[in-house]
Amino acid sequence: MTEVKSAEVAAPPAAVPDELTPGHARWHGLRPYAPLVALVVAAILPYSTVNLPGIFEGPLNSPGTLQLLAICLVFGGLAAGYDLLFGRTGMLSFGHALYFAAGVYGTDVLVTRAGLPLWQAALLTVTGGTILAALLGAVALRTVGIAFAMVTLAFAQVGAILVARDFGGLTGGEEGLPLDVSGLPAALVGVTNTVNLYWLALAYLALVVLVVHRVSGSPTGRVLAGLRDDERRIGVLGLDPYRFKLVAFTLASGLATAGGVVYCLIVGGASPHVTSSELTLSLLVMVVLGGPGTRWGPVLGGILYMYLDHRLTAFGTSDAVNSLPAFLSHPLSQPLFVLGTVFILAVYFFPGGLASLRTRLQPVLTSLRRR
Amino acid sequence: MSTVILLTLTGLGLAALYFLVASGLSLVFGLADVLNFAHGLFLGVGAYATWWAAGNLPGAGADGLGFLVAVAFGVLAGSAVAVLVELVLIRPLYSRTIEQVLVTVGLSLAGVALLQATWGADARPFPRPGWTRDVTSVLGAQVPNAGLLLIVAAAVVLGALLAFLRFTRYGLIIRAGVENREMVTALGIDVRKAFTLVFAIGGAAAALAGALGSVYFGTVSPGQGGSLLIFAFIVVVIGGMGSVVGSAYAAVAVGLLQQFVNYYGTSGLGDLCVVGLLAVVLLLRPQGLAGKVAHA
Repeated sequence: MTEVKSAEVAAPPAAVPDELTPGHARWHGLRPYAPLVALVVAAILPYSTVNLPGIFEGPLNSPGTLQLLAICLVFGGLAAGYDLLFGRTGMLSFGHALYFAAGVYGTDVLVTRAGLPLWQAALLTVTGGTILAALLGAVALRTVGIAFAMVTLAFAQVGAILVARDFGGLTGGEEGLPLDVSGLPAALVGVTNTVNLYWLALAYLALVVLVVHRVSGSPTGRVLAGLRDDERRIGVLGLDPYRFKLVAFTLASGLATAGGVVYCLIVGGASPHVTSSELTLSLLVMVVLGGPGTRWGPVLGGILYMYLDHRLTAFGTSDAVNSLPAFLSHPLSQPLFVLGTVFILAVYFFPGGLASLRTRLQPVLTSLRRR
Repeated sequence: MSTVILLTLTGLGLAALYFLVASGLSLVFGLADVLNFAHGLFLGVGAYATWWAAGNLPGAGADGLGFLVAVAFGVLAGSAVAVLVELVLIRPLYSRTIEQVLVTVGLSLAGVALLQATWGADARPFPRPGWTRDVTSVLGAQVPNAGLLLIVAAAVVLGALLAFLRFTRYGLIIRAGVENREMVTALGIDVRKAFTLVFAIGGAAAALAGALGSVYFGTVSPGQGGSLLIFAFIVVVIGGMGSVVGSAYAAVAVGLLQQFVNYYGTSGLGDLCVVGLLAVVLLLRPQGLAGKVAHA
C-alpha cells in the first residue's frame, strides 16, 4: 500500500516568526486586526462605484461584478474548507465535489421540486450532506493514501452519475435545474438584490475561515497536523487516527455542503458540472496555488482561481488575443489551459504557493532596502 | 440466449478498452507511485493523432493498410508524449509523490484544453474502416466488429506485456521495482530508466485504446479520455496496483457487470454497481484482487 507523504508539500516553509522580524514595528500591533479590516473593506465594497476597466466588466456595484465576486468568495471558502483535509490533515480526497454538489442540488431540489421554504431546505441540505459525508467517510477512511483518493473519487462519480441520469426526473439531467424563485425571500431574488447574495457569500467565507482557524488552533488541530506529518506517531500516542480523520472529513464536507447552498442561490440553480471530478481537481489547484496549510493561502488561491477562470474567458475572446497568430490565440482562449500551465509552473517553482511569496521575496526586499 | 452472448461480447469489448487504459496506469502506479491523471490525455493524443494521420499522413487512410499506418502513428504519438511527460515533468520531482500527482493534474487540465483549442470541443466523426461498421454473427448474436477488434487488440497487448515482463531483463527490473523499488535501487539498478519505459508502454496502450475506442464510438472528442479514466482508476484499484493480470481480471469484471446491469436494470445503474463493487472489494481486500505484486 502506498502511503501518501504529503509533508513535503504541505509543510509551510520554515520562517522566522513575525514577532522576531524587525522593520514592521509600526504596524506590528495592528496585524491581528488585518483580517477584520479586510472583512470590513470587503463588506462595504458594494457601495463603491469605482470602475476598474480590464479587471471587471462594469463598476464594482454592478450586478455582474458583484455576482462574479460572490462566486469568487464562495470558492475562497470552499478552498479553505478543502485545505482542512489536504493541507492541514494530509488527506488527498478527490471527492469533495460530491458534498458541494449535494448542497447545490439538495437546496435546488427541495425548494423547486418539494416547495420547501429556503431556510428549511438549507437546514435539511446541510444536515443531510454532513450525514452523507460521515457515512461515506467512514467507509473511505478504511483505506489510506492514494487508495483513499480513488475511493472518494469513485463515490463522487456516483453523485455525478445520479445527477446525469436524472432518476425520477429530479435533477433535470444535462440541462440542470433552475431554482424556482417564487418561494424564496424577496431580498435574495432579482438582479437588484445581487448585493445581498454577495454579503451572504462573504458571510460564508468568514464562517469557513473562522471554523478552520478555530479547529486548527485547537488540540484537535494539532492532532490533525500530527496526522499529516506522521500518522503512526499519533497512533503510538494512543490516539485513534481514524476518528480524527473522520471528524476532519465530516467537518470539511459539511462546510462544502453549506457552500453549495450559497452557490445555488448565487447562480440561481444547479448544473451538472458541479458534480464533476474536475471541480475537486480545481479545488486542489486553488489550494496548491495559494499555499496548502497556510492561513490565507487557500482563500486567496480560491478567489484568484475563480476570478481568472471567469475573466480569462473574456480575455481569450478579446481583440488583443484574437489578433495573435492562431497557435497562440487558440490555447490562450482556453482558461483551463492557462490555469493548468500556471499550476504546473507553480508546483515547480513555488512549492509553498502564493502564501510563501512574501518569505521568498524577503531577501530581495531586504537587499533593496539596504541600498 | 443471443442477448446474453451479445451482452457478454460487448461487455468484453468495454473490458478490453478499460484494460488498455488501466494496464499502463497500473504499472506506472505500482512502480513510480504516481497516480497519473494525465493518462486520459495520452488516450486523447492517440485518438487525435490517428484521426489526423488518416486524413493528412501520406500512405495512411481510413481503410486497410492505411488504417494500420494511421493507428501506428497514433500509438507512436501517444508513446512519445508519455515519454516526454516522464522526462520533462515527472523525473525532476523524483520521490515527491504528491507533487508528481499534482503536475499530472495540471497537465490533464491544460492538455485537454489544448486539444479543445486546436480541434474544438465538439465530437468529430472518426475515419474507420468499413468492415468495423458491420456486425458478425456469433452463435446467433449480431456483434459489432469494432468491439471484436478491441477484444483482439487487448488480448494481444496482454500477451505481449506478460511476455515482456516475464522473459526480458527490463521486464524483470519492472517486476522487481513494483515489488520493492528501494531494494532494486540499492542493487545499483537505475529504476528511473524503467519509469521511462513504463510510461512509454502505458502511453502506447492508452493511445491504442484512444484509436480503437474512437473506432468503436465512431467519434473523437477532447473529453473522451477523462470519462474513461475514472473507470480505469476503478479497474486499477480493484485489480491491485501494479498487477497487469489483476487489471485484466478487474477489467473483465467491471465491463461485464456494467453491460449486464445497464441492460437488465436501468441505464446508469451498471455504473453505480461498478462503484459498489469497488467499495466491497476495498472493504474485504484493501490491496485489491492481486495485491501489490506483479504476477507476470
